[in-house]
Amino acid sequence: MALSISTHGETQVIKVEADRIDAAMAIQFKEDMRTVTQQGAPRLILDLSSVEFIDSSGLGAIVASMKQLGDGRRLDLAGLQPVVEKVFRLTRMDTVFRLFDDLDDALAWKAE
Amino acid sequence: MTTNFQNCRLDLSFEASESEASRAIAAVHHSLMKLGLPADRHGDAKIAIAEAVNNVVEHAYAGLPPGQVQLQGFADIRGLEIRILDSGKPLPGLRVPDGIPASVDTSIGNLPEGGFGWFMIRKLSDDIQYERRSGQNRLSLWFYFPAPEEVP
Repeated sequence: MALSISTHGETQVIKVEADRIDAAMAIQFKEDMRTVTQQGAPRLILDLSSVEFIDSSGLGAIVASMKQLGDGRRLDLAGLQPVVEKVFRLTRMDTVFRLFDDLDDALAWKAE
Repeated sequence: MTTNFQNCRLDLSFEASESEASRAIAAVHHSLMKLGLPADRHGDAKIAIAEAVNNVVEHAYAGLPPGQVQLQGFADIRGLEIRILDSGKPLPGLRVPDGIPASVDTSIGNLPEGGFGWFMIRKLSDDIQYERRSGQNRLSLWFYFPAPEEVP
């Protein structure tokens, strides 16, 4: 599973370079996320704009990725395609994560 | 557009492993795209098919040598029927699970990481039928399409 990383000030952006996150790659995704999030940026944005499909295992891996970040660090999501957004909405995980239409919106967001 | 649905059939079988299931689901998603289904129904079917196939791999064949999964699709103007057949263990109680999802109104550390499969299948499909026959599980999911606008 390819993840590409960039840093914008205090924010780390992780782009998923795959068109699916499914049961066959969920464990690897979670492990890769653990590796790339170790540098400790307080805010992370997961750019999902290339991801056309996610199943409940892939959703679980994203939830697990946030849980393993630890205290006070946030994982926001950007660029959800319709089917991906539907999975988040149905499971009500859209109330857990902040969702942004695209990466620019996510980067423009400032804490109140 | 309606003619695209005529006599449309899909039939494939694959080994019940995560990697083979992943490939098969991607292939079925691709085939559905070519049918030109209504966009929201297409998305619903994609999600439900993936969850149903994953259940077979993770539960029906759990602890058994990987068996075969057969996936069939039939589409016409009224809708899409997907049938998934396997020779693994039956569904508990020989019925489709209720699929009550865990609550997400909890602390981050307690968020559920799974248990959404049957919930989503039930939410997204219009009808579900499960049969256990001759040692085989047969699950059918129906996705109906909106009726075409009547021409005055």
